[in-house]
Amino acid sequence: MKGLSDTARFVVRLGDDSLIMGHRVSEWASRAPFLEEDLGLTNVALDFVGRARMFYQYAAEIVGGGCTEDTFAFQRDVRDFTNLLLVELPRGDFAFTIARQFLYDAYISPYFGALKNSTDARLSAIAGKAGKETTYHLRRGREWMLRLGDGTTESHERMQKALDELWGYTAELFEVDALEESLISEGVAVDSRLLREQWLSTVSTTLGEATLQVPTTAWSVNGGRTGYHTESLGYLLAELQFMQRAYPGLRW
Amino acid sequence: MSEAQIIPLLPVEELERRRRREYSETPQLWQILDAVMDPEIPVISLYELGVLQNISIVDEIVHLVMTPTYIGCPAMNIMEEDARAALLAEGYDRVVLETQLAPAWTTAWLTPVARQKMAAYGVAAPEDDIARCPQCASTNVAVISEFGSTACKALYRCEDCREPFDLFKAI
Repeated sequence: MKGLSDTARFVVRLGDDSLIMGHRVSEWASRAPFLEEDLGLTNVALDFVGRARMFYQYAAEIVGGGCTEDTFAFQRDVRDFTNLLLVELPRGDFAFTIARQFLYDAYISPYFGALKNSTDARLSAIAGKAGKETTYHLRRGREWMLRLGDGTTESHERMQKALDELWGYTAELFEVDALEESLISEGVAVDSRLLREQWLSTVSTTLGEATLQVPTTAWSVNGGRTGYHTESLGYLLAELQFMQRAYPGLRW
Repeated sequence: MSEAQIIPLLPVEELERRRRREYSETPQLWQILDAVMDPEIPVISLYELGVLQNISIVDEIVHLVMTPTYIGCPAMNIMEEDARAALLAEGYDRVVLETQLAPAWTTAWLTPVARQKMAAYGVAAPEDDIARCPQCASTNVAVISEFGSTACKALYRCEDCREPFDLFKAI
């Protein structure tokens, strides 16, 4: 996707985060620990995919021509996706899925709060809408962190292991590149660097209550925003895009 | 300051929505859509739900303005199809839909009548910081899951009558 305007590229990033996270969560459908949680996970996935649609629809309107939301979801290859690495990691066990979700929701909740003040009216409207749902996601995630962290020896160990594995991927959430710098100065984008302290406070408080340790991981990776992904994104797209790859332009 | 001061409890945007209907030049269009129900809670109309924001005719084309409840709610597509079908049945075949995102939909727009119908249907209506069993009205309830049969509902159990029930979440 060359030649997109700065705003379109930024909107696509937010759409990519939402779609890939939504797809990862949707992989739990019919595989959750129990029925109620199966409903919970699939509903969260639905919220994320719905969110992706709003961002992609907006980006498609900016691009114009024959571009639609599907163009972004189904007709780009892995190097064109600009989602954060955190959201593409394989779903792992239930603890890993919940920990990832919690770390992300604790970030995106204040992010949407700030994006509501965007000078871009459409982004502000989407943030207002998505932010409301995020409150529920975060509440559910927090309760699971407590239940698993302060649960059995095994659930505690699994949760701590998940956090330790995920921590190195969280630095990317608070990195800002030239594209975002420019949009921040115009009041369109959110300066995520300013959200790190609040995020760390939310996360540390819950981990403390859950008798979990805040990881002291020294390493961190990035690359998602420039299309350098982990190997797992390609496999995810192979499944997500299969129908449109096999039958281009297919409609339900 | 007089002791009896009336404070409006309705959100401003909801007041405006009700006025749009009250002062509409095409009340028949609103009435047609009164027959279109939420597919998940089929006792509440799109208007009562707060999804139907405006409907008018401009140059012989019906302009329908709807606001989504939850972003990923699959019922939104059904609501649009049902609204178009109801209008078509009355001879309105040219309909343009506009999706309005802001102000974001809130359960504060639900009319009291809608809340009563919801409870009678077996779904607890949203209230601030309280959940009430739609069967026995007890508030001695426990949450089973933050998400129930749909994204807009949470699953609860009444500790008094022991019935599980869906709560329409306040957002």
